[in-house]
Parts: sequence; C-alpha cells; structure tokens
Amino acid sequence: MNDKNSQKIVDVIKNFARKHSLFVLAYGTGCGAIEIPATMTSRYDAERFGIRGAATPRQADVLLITGYLSTKTLKRVIRTYEQMQDPKYVIGFGSCTINGGMYWDSYNTIKLLDMYLPVDIYINGCMPRPEAVIEGFIGLQKLIAAGKAEGAKKYKENLDWYRANQKKVIKNWVMPDYNW
Amino acid sequence: MMGDIWMTLLGVLVTTLLAFVTGMFYMGASRKITARVQNRVGPPIYQNFLDLIKLQAKDTAIHHGWMQLLGPAFLMVSAVGSLMFIPVLNKGLFFENFTADGDIIFLLYLMVFGSLGMALGAGQTGNPNSAIGVTRGLTQMVGFEIPWVMAIVALILQYHTTNIAEILEAQHRSGVWSMFANPYAFIAALLAAFGMFRYSPFDIVGAPAELASGPVSENGGKFLGTMMSSHAVFAFVKLVLYVDLFMGGADNLVELVIKTFGLYLIPLTYGMVNPRYRTEQAVRYFYGWPTLFGIIAILYAVFY
Repeated sequence: MNDKNSQKIVDVIKNFARKHSLFVLAYGTGCGAIEIPATMTSRYDAERFGIRGAATPRQADVLLITGYLSTKTLKRVIRTYEQMQDPKYVIGFGSCTINGGMYWDSYNTIKLLDMYLPVDIYINGCMPRPEAVIEGFIGLQKLIAAGKAEGAKKYKENLDWYRANQKKVIKNWVMPDYNW
Repeated sequence: MMGDIWMTLLGVLVTTLLAFVTGMFYMGASRKITARVQNRVGPPIYQNFLDLIKLQAKDTAIHHGWMQLLGPAFLMVSAVGSLMFIPVLNKGLFFENFTADGDIIFLLYLMVFGSLGMALGAGQTGNPNSAIGVTRGLTQMVGFEIPWVMAIVALILQYHTTNIAEILEAQHRSGVWSMFANPYAFIAALLAAFGMFRYSPFDIVGAPAELASGPVSENGGKFLGTMMSSHAVFAFVKLVLYVDLFMGGADNLVELVIKTFGLYLIPLTYGMVNPRYRTEQAVRYFYGWPTLFGIIAILYAVFY
C-alpha cells in the first residue's frame, strides 16, 4: 500500500465512493431550507445520486448552509463544522452566503461565508430551485472525483486566519477547542 | 487435526462473507423498493457498498472512552457469533460451523448481547439523544422478546428439543413446515420480527427526525461502517433463523434467498405504509395480539 501507484488506485476507489455517497447535514439557517425537502423527495429525488440526509454532524460529509447566517447562528455552524469528520465539504446555498443577498446591509448577518468557513462550492440564486441544488451537488461530486474538494485542508492550514475572522464578528467567544 | 481447524476457519470466513454480501444487497434492495413505492428512482442496489467504503475511508477522531469504541465491535461479534450457531442450509450441505454445539436458548442470549454492548457504548458518549435511544431500544426489546420467546417455547414443546438442527430434521420427517404445524407460533414470531427489524412503525430507536439517529448519534465514519456491516450480517442471521425454525430450512442457496427475501419483504412493506409509533404504543402493540398468539401457540403445542 505504500507503493505510489497502488496508493493512486486506492485514492481513485475512495474518491469514487465518496463521490457517490454524500451524507448531507442540512443546516437550515434561513429560508433556503424549504428547498431541501423538495430536493430529497419524490419529484427531484436526490437519493439516486447517493445523496441522503445525515442526522448528526458526526455522520455527515457535507454541511449545507441554506441561506443567511446571523452572527449568532454562525457560532453554532462553526461548532457543527468542527465536529464533522474529515473529509468534509461545505456548500454555500443561495445568494446570502455569497454576498449577503437581500441582507447585504444588515447589521447582524455575515456577508461572505468563505471568510469564516471554507466553502467548496456555491449554489447561487434566491432561492435556487431543486434543479440548481442538484446541479451544485453534481459540481461537488466532480470536484471530489478530481480530488480538488479540499476545503477542510484549507481550513486546517489557515486556521489562524479563519479564527481571527470568526472572532471579529462573534464577540462572546466561548467555544471548546477541537483537536480533530 | 490441523486440516479440521483450517476447514473451520474457512467455514467461518465463507459463511460470514455470504451473510455480509446478502445482507448488504437486501438493505440496498430495501432502499430501492422504498424509493419505487414513493415514486422515486432510488439509489442503485449496490449503494450500501459505496456508503460502506466511504465510511471506512473517513477519519475518525471521536473518542469518548473504551466502551464507546467497543460498542460497534460488540454488535459485530454478536452478529457473527450467532451466525456460527445457525445452520445455513439443510443437512450439512453448507459449512456446519458450530451448529452442533449451540441451541436456541443460547442463541436467544447471544442475539441480545450486541444490543446490550451497543447500549453501554452509547451510554458512554454522554449524548442525551443516545441515552434516550438506548432507553427506547431496551423498552422495545422487552416488548418484542415476549412473543418471540413464546413462539420459540411453543416450538420447543412441540418438537421436544432445543436444537435447531433437530427441529429442522423433525420438520423434514413429518413433511410439514412448523409454520403450518403451529401457525400461531409463526404469527407471534412474525409480529415480533417487526420490532426486531426496526422498520417503521417500530423505528423508534433510530428516529432521525427526533432523536438524531439515537444511540448511533456520536458514531461516524468507521464506527458507523462497522455498525452497518454488522446490521447486514445480523439481518441475514435473523432471516435464516426464521427460515430454519418455521419454513423447513433451505436445500440450496437459491431457495434460501427466495425464502429469506420473501420474509424480509414482510416487515419492510408493513413499514412503508406506517408512520412511527411512540414508545408506549410500540410496547402496547407487542403485548397485544403478538402475545395473545404466543399464548395460543404454547397452549396448542401442549394440548394438541
């Protein structure tokens, strides 16, 4: 297994399995959560791509941030994200995670999610339809198959930068330290 | 002597592999069938294998203590252990493993061993959802074990033996499956199986929407993978046990698959059309008709 070529084969198999088995923790922060039931159930059936819901962060691969994040929610989201096990991916869902969307001048929401958590792929729109959500998941699958979905690695390497950003908006920072 | 040991080990390996692959495909089929019932396309039938590879390839940096780490192993040990004492096919057509050494009563203990180990493991995680899940699971077990044990006692009384192989033999000698020789026992056992398989309406233990998957909630990655494979093996164990006890066993693997899958469809389809029970409703269900059928089965075995 230490041989470079055999490691490559193992990686291809692992990435294939990861690609086709995404357990999603749908963190319903905003109005976008209403699109998730439609995506998962009969009409759009995301399970045919191996996408299914996970009940807890421990079992999840994908953290789906559906919509705006108030600073209060951000704290919980960070905590949830850090409880997830590697490899893990974040999907920013809706305009609110990209530029604040309709909350662009709000005093208590964050504007760009990527400043606080490493986003692997964005789905734009307000609201994105289930087709767009599935399109986003397939984009993530392509990234995983190519081995390019490395948000978690980026987060670990630039943890100081992310922490500084997080602490800038979260004033009462009382959080446990996770050692992954 | 040496050759015997190697044959035993080969038997253990082949039987476990058969149980694992069959169980995983049954679980995949159940997801596919559920999807078709809900007018969806559904995941491919091999989806569970992909899930398993992915789960085993995940990092696992969760550590709440030794019992939590041992919980999934207990499940696996219980599943594979009980598999070793159940004849897969009739009359030694398949590897016999240790079927000559164990009887039903021993098996009853061995089959709950895994759940109890898992309960201890879940308790150590300190997650309140796990604790509630464990309480519910043990309560439900108290419910369905009663009709299940009654059905088995009826069989023991009827055939005057506790050995599974001898019960099989007796069914062949009389030419009547015990599901017809003592239908009440079969009905009681079948109703108990609804609780044993934990499909809805008896999925009160996992209950993703209210308990965040219950005892499993702190277990991700490799733990979840081990639990999934042990569930696959254990599903096969239960199905083969039912086929052996009530349907006269199977003469070849095709017959085994047909019988076990037919049995598997019963709790599955019952679950598709039912929402989830509350804990007390589930227990009340098991103390109702299933227990009544269990009593009738015992009376039938004694007086008929």
